[in-house]
Amino acid sequence: MLEAILVLAGLAVVFGLLLGFAAIRFKIEGDPVVDKIDAILPQTQCGQCTYAGCRPYAEAIASGEADINQCPPGGEQVIIELADLLDREPKPLNEEHGTEKEAKTVVIIDEEICIGCTLCIQACPVDAILGAAKQMHTVIADECTGCDLCIPPCPVDCIYIVPIEETLETWTWPYPDSEQDQEEETGDA
Amino acid sequence: MSPLHTSPHTLFTNSVTRVMLLVVIAMVPAMIAYIHFFGWGILINATLCLVTAFSCETAMLRLRNRPLWPYLTDGSILVTALLIAFALPPILPWWIPVLATAFATIIAKHLYGGLGYNPFNPAMAGYVVLLISFPKQMTAWLPAQSDQGYAMGFIDNLRYNLFNELPANTSYDILTQATPLDVVEAQTGLGHNIAEIENSFVQFSDYFGVGWDWVSLMFLLGGLFLIYKRVISWQIPIAMLGTLALLSSIAYLYNDQIHPDPLFHLLGGASMIGAFFIATDPVTASTTPRGQIVYGIGIGIISYVIRTWGNYPDGVAFGVLLMNIAVPTIDYYTQPRVFGHDKDD
Amino acid sequence: MRKLNAFHGGLKLEGHKQISIQEPIITAEIPEELIHPLHQHIGDTAQPIVEVGDRVLTGQMIAQAEGFISAPVHAASSGTVIAIEPRLVAHPSSIKDTCIVIKTDGKDEWIETTPHNEDYKRMDPSGLRNLIRDSGVVGLGGAGFPSYIKLNPGAKNGISTLILNGAECEPYITCDAALMIERPREIIDGLLIMRHALQAKVCLIGIEDNKPEAIQAMQQALTLQEKTIIDVITIPTRYPAGSEKQLIKTLTNIELNANQLPVHNGIVVHNVATAAAVGHAVLLGKPLISRIVTVTGAAIDRPNNYDVRLGTSMQVLSRQAELQSHKMERLVVGGPMMGFEITELESPVLKTTNCLLTITAEELPQEMHAMPCIRCGDCIRVCPANLLPQQLYWHARAKDFEKLQQYSLFDCIECGCCTYVCPSHIPLVHYYRFAKTEIGAQERDRKKSDIARQRHEFNQYRAERKKQDDEERRRKKKELLKKSQQSEHKQDAIAAALARVNAKKEKAPANTDIDNKKETNQ
Repeated sequence: MLEAILVLAGLAVVFGLLLGFAAIRFKIEGDPVVDKIDAILPQTQCGQCTYAGCRPYAEAIASGEADINQCPPGGEQVIIELADLLDREPKPLNEEHGTEKEAKTVVIIDEEICIGCTLCIQACPVDAILGAAKQMHTVIADECTGCDLCIPPCPVDCIYIVPIEETLETWTWPYPDSEQDQEEETGDA
Repeated sequence: MSPLHTSPHTLFTNSVTRVMLLVVIAMVPAMIAYIHFFGWGILINATLCLVTAFSCETAMLRLRNRPLWPYLTDGSILVTALLIAFALPPILPWWIPVLATAFATIIAKHLYGGLGYNPFNPAMAGYVVLLISFPKQMTAWLPAQSDQGYAMGFIDNLRYNLFNELPANTSYDILTQATPLDVVEAQTGLGHNIAEIENSFVQFSDYFGVGWDWVSLMFLLGGLFLIYKRVISWQIPIAMLGTLALLSSIAYLYNDQIHPDPLFHLLGGASMIGAFFIATDPVTASTTPRGQIVYGIGIGIISYVIRTWGNYPDGVAFGVLLMNIAVPTIDYYTQPRVFGHDKDD
Repeated sequence: MRKLNAFHGGLKLEGHKQISIQEPIITAEIPEELIHPLHQHIGDTAQPIVEVGDRVLTGQMIAQAEGFISAPVHAASSGTVIAIEPRLVAHPSSIKDTCIVIKTDGKDEWIETTPHNEDYKRMDPSGLRNLIRDSGVVGLGGAGFPSYIKLNPGAKNGISTLILNGAECEPYITCDAALMIERPREIIDGLLIMRHALQAKVCLIGIEDNKPEAIQAMQQALTLQEKTIIDVITIPTRYPAGSEKQLIKTLTNIELNANQLPVHNGIVVHNVATAAAVGHAVLLGKPLISRIVTVTGAAIDRPNNYDVRLGTSMQVLSRQAELQSHKMERLVVGGPMMGFEITELESPVLKTTNCLLTITAEELPQEMHAMPCIRCGDCIRVCPANLLPQQLYWHARAKDFEKLQQYSLFDCIECGCCTYVCPSHIPLVHYYRFAKTEIGAQERDRKKSDIARQRHEFNQYRAERKKQDDEERRRKKKELLKKSQQSEHKQDAIAAALARVNAKKEKAPANTDIDNKKETNQ
């Protein structure tokens, strides 16, 4: 009886020591998760998630303050990637923050109407609008993230949203239209 | 937008149905040999299995909201049913084949996701469940017709299977007989040596067992046909049979008193049907060529070990199921070297 | 005898080659309208150098190459430029691309050409390459890579082997075979020019053994002297033996590393038609304005190889080949294994169009319902790149792009062998194409968002800095204000001091004469 207790206690001590050693020796230095989350976010800097830009939203997710489904420009893809990274369940996009756009967009300023007030320049989070006071303003299409923050401030409503046209270089093959996938979607509800 | 048609723009040369039908055709010679030696019982079982298989398949497809066509006609359930029929003794209560097939179809196949998604060989899963639950019925085989005092005809067999009625003036023990593998296992346990056993029991032939030899040879023939038709690849059968032959040769050379010779193992039990028809089930076997060799070797080792030192006469079913578990790992570590890459990429 | 080596996988396919090689090459009629896309090659789009309304001559350069990897475009016949606008080009996406449209005048008047004949050997190597570049020659086997770049021997060890690809492994296509049978000297002349440009030691021409007439024609066209440096090699017919990496493996047993180009191993591969085009460009001074296109299939009444001016619409070409459109279920540009479907016949023939294939309903599957993968491994057995198509399929379905790259997705040559043998009829190549373009799009998005992040950070930094500057300014202003307030204090003190001085002055006694004199003098 005594031997049994001693043996078990001994085993417990040995394994405990082993586990402790392993926990210290094989500890992984994790990267700050905020950087990883920020790397996934689309950097549109639109603020639809209720945070002032993508970095604050990343910090909010890391601290647990915000959920992973608040980013409309990122859409489903970003939600899935965040869920993968943080080991959570992916959820549908929270519609309160906006809906996923059909296609990526940029904005264009109608130069006939622009009065050179610089309000849009101040609003742009990525400095994609070129111009100065009383000078013509113009959007650098390659830099525009489609956040649409410049549209409300414009006093003459001269900024329009245009979809980015697909070219032969940017066209992607559609996902194979498989009846099998459709079955599986409707089948196991 | 109409679906984008992509290359290749050709007719299909192969289909799941074609693969499965070829497997069934390859089983026909063995079926004929079986009926010749052991009577019509197997057809009774086959019918029961087929009916159960198709009804369960239909029911599960309905339950899972899948279209009945093409899944009912893909032939996979046909193969499962026939393999179970071969695995079961011809004389046993009707509810055993029904249970085995129901388990195989509903639980081992559909609950894991249906065609292509099951990790365990359904026929073997069904067989093993029944073997463990009803060992007596599952190990009571018929003697080859030429040896019997009483030849069991079709009606007699049917009456027993369905109604549990034995023919007049017979008993269960008179009618049934253990397989040579079973005898060897039991008798060597009692201390007899192989030569004695082979001489004292009627079911032994020069090679394995009366009747069983031919059935195994027919399975070999069917298997070679499948390799020729490129339905299965050579890796699994050669690996499995080779391992069995190698292990049994070593044991035989070491002590031929208690270990039967390699030919006994190769022709015995489920070796041939296992090597060509069961282990090669594409869904549950390893997919990479090198992985298939490892898989075959694994099944060979486990089968041999169970046959020689285990409690069951034949270990092929267990070997297959155990190696099924190892398949993802085997596949991961046996990836072929990609063209233009170094070995460790 | 050169020892040949096998490559893994591949298929033996029905050739269907006899139907389009019964007659000699037919010169196609020059259509009324020629549509020249600015981008028919790998690399940067060519820039137009003509305007709407200009008259152009046959062979005149109408768009110049832009950048290092690019090729110019030439007018395929004389006429007037009527538009430079987006038009349908043969592409699975049906997206329009900018094209120069010429209305031909029927005269087919050539520009002045400068034949070089044998004196190309005395040309400076980069001059020779520029000549080839300015002639618009790109890889005519289907990829369209600007050929002049592949005629640069490079600084390293030089080129040991120049291979001409006459394999033409895809079923139905016979344009290269026809060229080899009817115009072997043109190919060999071009090959000699290429050899000179590359200073290659050995020249090999690989031809599949299902083209005995082509093999014979090429061998007979070689002079005895040429036979010492050029070898015509018969390779076993096996799809895809004409794929560059597989051809190199077959002929030289060198397996190209995935990150390398053939030139890094001292090998260069060109298509036989490209060699002929190089010959034309240098020896005759004529730029690339036409190519041979196989028009074939069960819905064509006159299947044959046609010598077509680039820019001819498929409509005109198929009419000349007597297309029976009611029989045609699908129209494919390229072969049945790797070609893509087009739905509009208006697209023009490009430099990379090697075949126009019509497929009838009987030659296509009735339904495309894919069964689940039964993990049979047939796809693994036939993949020439030794990949695991099954794993690629699972990960493409899961859209797990990282895993796809781990399984070497980009080594897939999209040959279609795996899809051909799949018993479950899964459109495997479609999944891989989808995954590849998705990964490309994601990379682009990632780059864009990285830049956006940088710009946003700078924007924030600038706003911070502006805030700080504003505060600085405010602070300084406050200080100045304070100082000026303090200086007002000083002024009071000065005023007070002056007042005291003045007060003192008034108290002072009357002045002497000297003071009076001082005052009066002033």
